[in-house]
Amino acid sequence: MAERRLVALGVAVLGLCAVFLLWNLRAPIGLILELRAEKLAALVMVGAATGAATVIFQTIATNRLLTPGIVGFDALFVFTQTMLVLALGGAGYVALAGTVKFVVEAAVLMAAAMALFGILFRNGAEDMIRMILTGVILGVLLRGLAGFAQRLLDPSEFAVVQQASIASFNAVDPEMSGIAALVLICGLGAALWLAPRLDVAALGRVQARVLGLDHDRLVLTSLGVVAALVAVSTALVGPVTFLGLLAASFAHALLRDHRHSVLIPAAALMGAAILVAGQAVFERLLGLQSALAVIVEFAGGLLFLALVLGRRAR
Amino acid sequence: MIEINNLSVSRDGARILHDVTLNVPPGRLAAIIGPNGAGKSTLLHCMAGLLPPDCGQVLVNSRNIHALSEARRALILSLLTQAQGTIPRLSVQDLVAFGRWPHHRGRPTATDRAITAKALARFDLDQLATRNVETLSGGQRQRAFVAMAYAQSTPWMFLDEPLAALDPKYVRDIMDRLRDMTGDKTGQRSIALVLHDLSVAARYADFCIAMKAGRIIAAGPWRDIVTSDLLSDLYDTPLRVAQLDGVPVVMGL
Repeated sequence: MAERRLVALGVAVLGLCAVFLLWNLRAPIGLILELRAEKLAALVMVGAATGAATVIFQTIATNRLLTPGIVGFDALFVFTQTMLVLALGGAGYVALAGTVKFVVEAAVLMAAAMALFGILFRNGAEDMIRMILTGVILGVLLRGLAGFAQRLLDPSEFAVVQQASIASFNAVDPEMSGIAALVLICGLGAALWLAPRLDVAALGRVQARVLGLDHDRLVLTSLGVVAALVAVSTALVGPVTFLGLLAASFAHALLRDHRHSVLIPAAALMGAAILVAGQAVFERLLGLQSALAVIVEFAGGLLFLALVLGRRAR
Repeated sequence: MIEINNLSVSRDGARILHDVTLNVPPGRLAAIIGPNGAGKSTLLHCMAGLLPPDCGQVLVNSRNIHALSEARRALILSLLTQAQGTIPRLSVQDLVAFGRWPHHRGRPTATDRAITAKALARFDLDQLATRNVETLSGGQRQRAFVAMAYAQSTPWMFLDEPLAALDPKYVRDIMDRLRDMTGDKTGQRSIALVLHDLSVAARYADFCIAMKAGRIIAAGPWRDIVTSDLLSDLYDTPLRVAQLDGVPVVMGL
C-alpha cells in the first residue's frame, strides 16, 4: 500500500516537473529550456535534501515538530560561511572555487553538528521540552553570532555573506549544482542504508537499545547525513526553516507507514513537489518573482503552530 | 544463570546499588520486591546491560553483559520498560514484529514472520493485529508489548513493573502467560520482574529477590524465604502472609 502511494507521488512529481519545464514554452526554446532545467534541478535538490533530512532528524529526536532548521542547522551553516569570509576576507572567499567552498563548509557543518547535537541527543532526547528549547536557543545564538560577525565585515564582504544567507530560489549558483547533486545522492543513499536502524530508533532510545541498536552511533551517523543534506539545500538557496516540516508532515500523513525505506523517499519527493509546484504557480500564474520562500515559510510556520497547539507532538 | 558480583551502580552521581551480590537461577519466575526507591528498577536495567556499573559485573549465562555489543546482548535478554515508546499509527502486528529486529536487523525472513504470528496468537492479539497501538486499552497495550518481548525469543526476559495500573483481569492475563513461559518444555524462558502487588508475587513467583535501600535483603525460593516477618521488616509496616483457599495472599494489618 505504502509503496503504491510512493510510486503515485513519484509520478506526480515527474508530472509537475514536466509542467514546470514545458508550460508556456516560447522561442528561443533551447535557451529557455536550459534556464528552466537549471532552476528545476535546484528546486528538486533543495526539496529532496530538506525533506529527507527532516524525516531523519525527527526520528532520532523522536519528535515530529523539530526540523534541522528550527534547531539551527542552517544557522550553523550561515555562521560557518560568515566565519570563512571573516577568515579569508571577501576577495579570498569569492576567489575560492565553488566546489572547494562547498566541501569545506559542508565538512565544518557536519563536524559541528555531530559535536553539538550529538551531546544534546545522547542525554536529552527523552525530554522533549528541553530539546526544543535548547535547539531554538542554540539557533538564535548562532544567528546572533553570525550577525555579530557580519557587523565586523566591511560592506563589500558583507554583501557576499548576505547573498548567501537569505533564501532565494531565483539566484541559484549553477557552479554549486554539480557537487551538490553528488552530495545529495550520497546523502540519500546513506539515509536509505540507515533506514532499518531508523525504524527501530523511532521507538525511543531505551527500546531501541533493548532491541540491540547501537543508538549513540546511529545518532552520530544520522546527524552527519542530516548535516550533509542541510548543507546541500543551504548552499543552493539559503536557509529555509519550515519547508522540511511541511515535507515530513505530508509524507507521514500520505504514507501512514513507519518504515523509513519508504518514508525518506516520500519526504524527498514531497519536498521537491512543494517547491516545484510553488515556484510554477508563483512565477507563471501570479507573475511574482521572489515570494516562494516567504510563502513556504508562512505555510510551514502555520503548520508548526497547528501541530504545537493541536495534537500531541510525537 | 545470572551471577551478579559486587555490583555498585550510580545514577546522576548518587549511588543507588551498594555492593550487590546475587545469583538468579534459570527457568524461574523471579520477582524483585521492595519499597519505593529500593533500587529495583536500577538493578533490572543494569542486569539488562543498559546501565553501566561503577564496579562489579553481571554475568548472564557466564557472559559479562556489559562487555557484549548491543547487537549480541539483544539476543540474550529482553527488557520491558515502564515507559514504552511507540510510533504514531504503528499497528500491533508491526510492534510485535519489532521484537524480531535483533535477529534480522532490517531484513525479515519467513521464520521471523512465523514467530511474530506465533507471538500474536499466544497473546490473543490476532483480532487486534491491524489496530493502532495508540488506540488500545492499557491492558491490551501492555499485552502487545509483552508479546514483542516474547517474539525477541531471548532466554532471559526482564520486565519492569509490567502490571502497573492494570485491572485484575489483565494482571491474570499477563502473569498466567509469563508463568507458562517458564514452564515451557521447548523454548523455556527465565523471567525476572519488578512487582509491587505482593499477593500477585506470592501467587506466581517461584523465586524472590527482596531489596531495600540499594541492597539485597534476601534472595531465594519464594516459599523458603518469604515470611510475614521478612515482609514486615522489608516494608516497615505490619504485613501478613496467609493462605486463602490454598492460594497465598499478603495483607496489611
